[in-house]
Amino acid sequence: MWRFLTWRLLQAIPVILAVITITFFLVRAAPGGPFSTEKAVHPQVQAALEAQYRLDQPMIQQYLSYLGDLVQGDLGPSFNFPGRSVNELIFSGLPITAELGLYAMLVAVLIGGLAGVFAALKPNSLQDYVPMSLSMIGICMPSFLLGPLLVLIFGIWLDWLPISGWGNSPGDKVLPSITLGAMYAGYIARLSRSGMLEVLSADYLRTARAKGLPERVVIAKHALRGGLLPVITFLGPAFAGLLSGSFVVETVFQIPGLGRFYIQAAFNRDYTMILGTTTFLAALIVFFNLLSDVSAAWLNPRLRYQFKKAS
Amino acid sequence: MRVETIPTLVRSCYLASIRHKSNRALLKLVQFPTHLYFLANSPMKHTRLTLRSFLISLSVLLIASCSSGPDETRVEQGNREGVLHFGNGAEPQGLDPHIVTGVPEHHVIQALFEGLVLKNPYTLEVEPGLAASWDISEDGRVYTFHLQENASWSNGDPITAEDFRWSWERALTPALGNLYNYMLFPVVNAQAFAEGLIEDFSEVGVRVLDEHTLEVSLNEPTPYILQLFDHYSTFPVHRGTIEAFGSPTDRFSQWARLGNIVTNGAFELTEWDLNSHIRVEKRESYWDSANVSLNAIVFYPTENLTTEERMFRDGQLHRTGDIPLDKVPVYLAESPESIEIAPYIGTYYYMINTTKAPFDDARVRKALAMSLDRELLVETVLEGIVDPAYGVVPPGTLGYNPPKTFDFDPEGARALLAEAGFPNGEGFPSFDILYNTQESHRKIAVAIQQMWAQHLGVAVGLVNQEWKVYLSTQENMAYDVSRRGWIGDYVDPNTFLDMFITDGGNNKTGFSDARYDQIIFQDAPASTSREERYALFEEAERILLEQMPIIPIYTYKSKHLRVPSIQGMPANLMDYFNYKYVSLESESE
Repeated sequence: MWRFLTWRLLQAIPVILAVITITFFLVRAAPGGPFSTEKAVHPQVQAALEAQYRLDQPMIQQYLSYLGDLVQGDLGPSFNFPGRSVNELIFSGLPITAELGLYAMLVAVLIGGLAGVFAALKPNSLQDYVPMSLSMIGICMPSFLLGPLLVLIFGIWLDWLPISGWGNSPGDKVLPSITLGAMYAGYIARLSRSGMLEVLSADYLRTARAKGLPERVVIAKHALRGGLLPVITFLGPAFAGLLSGSFVVETVFQIPGLGRFYIQAAFNRDYTMILGTTTFLAALIVFFNLLSDVSAAWLNPRLRYQFKKAS
Repeated sequence: MRVETIPTLVRSCYLASIRHKSNRALLKLVQFPTHLYFLANSPMKHTRLTLRSFLISLSVLLIASCSSGPDETRVEQGNREGVLHFGNGAEPQGLDPHIVTGVPEHHVIQALFEGLVLKNPYTLEVEPGLAASWDISEDGRVYTFHLQENASWSNGDPITAEDFRWSWERALTPALGNLYNYMLFPVVNAQAFAEGLIEDFSEVGVRVLDEHTLEVSLNEPTPYILQLFDHYSTFPVHRGTIEAFGSPTDRFSQWARLGNIVTNGAFELTEWDLNSHIRVEKRESYWDSANVSLNAIVFYPTENLTTEERMFRDGQLHRTGDIPLDKVPVYLAESPESIEIAPYIGTYYYMINTTKAPFDDARVRKALAMSLDRELLVETVLEGIVDPAYGVVPPGTLGYNPPKTFDFDPEGARALLAEAGFPNGEGFPSFDILYNTQESHRKIAVAIQQMWAQHLGVAVGLVNQEWKVYLSTQENMAYDVSRRGWIGDYVDPNTFLDMFITDGGNNKTGFSDARYDQIIFQDAPASTSREERYALFEEAERILLEQMPIIPIYTYKSKHLRVPSIQGMPANLMDYFNYKYVSLESESE
């Protein structure tokens, strides 16, 4: 197991290095720079700005000094927010995005898991069709539509919940979490349904029933373990997706998270901020993929055996 | 169901989880909803009760959380407490007046800092700020400012003439990279200093006569100079604070952060949560604090217009920065008292690449301009809220009105095009309209494409590019016809007309005319009366419209949603407001 972990961590290094390198040169190749504005910039001013941000150095030297700073954990100064570092900006947005992602995950797992298992118990009945249609809607409905719709219903018509902000008033975390979690709830419902269906027809469950175990124990103790494995494997990438894909929800609900910085950085050609957030998110995705592989192995004896054999 | 059910719920969830002896935390998370399902269907009475109690307590919690606190919106509370909640468009880049550019930054800096003068929001004429009064020499080239005797920085230091001299030196130092340094260029030698041609700031036309007297010498009697002294790039900054945090020209300095910043305006910074809000509170030591009615202002970075509109509808904002265009008719019909639309000092136009055939022929450019039915465009695509433009300077810019030299005339346009060698558009090469990616620009471009095809018989394509790509395409003159908008820096025709000087950085059309340059550079600055100056500007604008390197389309309007309780924030051409005039009426009174 430890050898497997070490090997996977080592594999992550070239992946992240490739992400940094490609992003570094790609953003600089994009037309328009961080200082281009609608108003003409005086050549002296342009030169002074480039000097302050070391853009006057040869590209390869900029790249190497960026890597040098990165190794020391310094992601550089932001172009768009003079006087603030990329580290500071990321860590001001990350806790909020992570909290939002966590709640969205809870929404997704609770609603999606319940709906999927519920559907699998009586396949091809109304009990199956209703949750599965709802999950399809959840997957298809984009968050920029679902968010304003929920706001309209629960925020403006019913006036139950705040329509924007984060942590300013009780209840303002409810709508964003549901909006962000809805799509993942849809996926989880489908995954858990198909996983459960496969397991429910397995021989060992027939044995369990034949031994006279109550249905409740058969399902909850024996079937769920195998049936929900696909969901577990999905959770890692899903959480990474929630962290990196929350910018729409953050914009709709006026939440000061990481996603908004990421998008602003791309529009402003904030080179260091684009690089910093991309690298950071790439590292997170690698980490969560690893986490889901490990937990899948932990839960599935067959996989565990394969790892042992491989290492 | 009473609240006692909540412990029951927690207990039963706990029991349910240990009953199955699952020690896999991750799996438990997934199992939880399923447990609930089975608990609900189990024959045991107490567990059936649990699900019901769970659902009921959940809704109790939800309702309790929603109805907490008195039934008062943020705006109503703000009215009572004198706190203005302001939709500010975007997160400010920073608060250093010599580094940042942009409207959201301006709104916050205006509350925190003050320059020599302020403007009256009703007339846009200047009135005393940090300068209590000023004298102008006979030739209009030397201004002597007498500063307020009792003005102080937020840390208690007095504000002196030396603060201005030092701050302007900093604003003009090339290494700082101040994008708005040109605001000070009318001052003697300021441009030479900013370009590094002279290194000694004492050669620049700023002199400290005594602690409270500042003398400023200008190259020419620039009639709009006082307007520039209300621009944040000419504001003083606190030397001691900036030097304590490093070099004055360091853009990465921490001096303008919450806790470090020292300001001189009517408000001081008390909260700054990135992408959440900025709060400023009334500063009692401000020299004119008796005339400040607001106790605090909270700025919200409302990038998304529809979110901002919802926040307004929900009573969270007193005033929005803008309104989504499609909401305008709804508000006009349903609550006209909360919408405000006013002329704005900006022009929307298409520029033409005059270096490229066949657009190097003025007749072709005029034909394009004359075949646009602006009235129809404004009526249909733009919801009738803006005004069609036939000149580049917006009408009514401090008494200046642009000449109207042409009208919608498809016949005349066809004749001109035939004269240029393209009868009925035959043989005219197809070309593209470039615009930055935005729905409203696309709609306008589609309508114009249609009009040119219909009236001139020319084939037009549409190209949209992301903002920075679009800017770089313009910069490289790699376009045929491109959408552009220009917002005046100050209230004077010069802020529009000086764009089109030969090789001017904002020209970008290739247009060049010797007489035009002469008016902008020499004749207009040297003129002594407003009438004489405006006559010269009109001559320049006629040259421009004769050559037509740009096609004026419409004059901007500012549009806001605002609650009726805001007083002293009148609509004006600059979309300018002076927080000293603003007050909030409590509706209960």
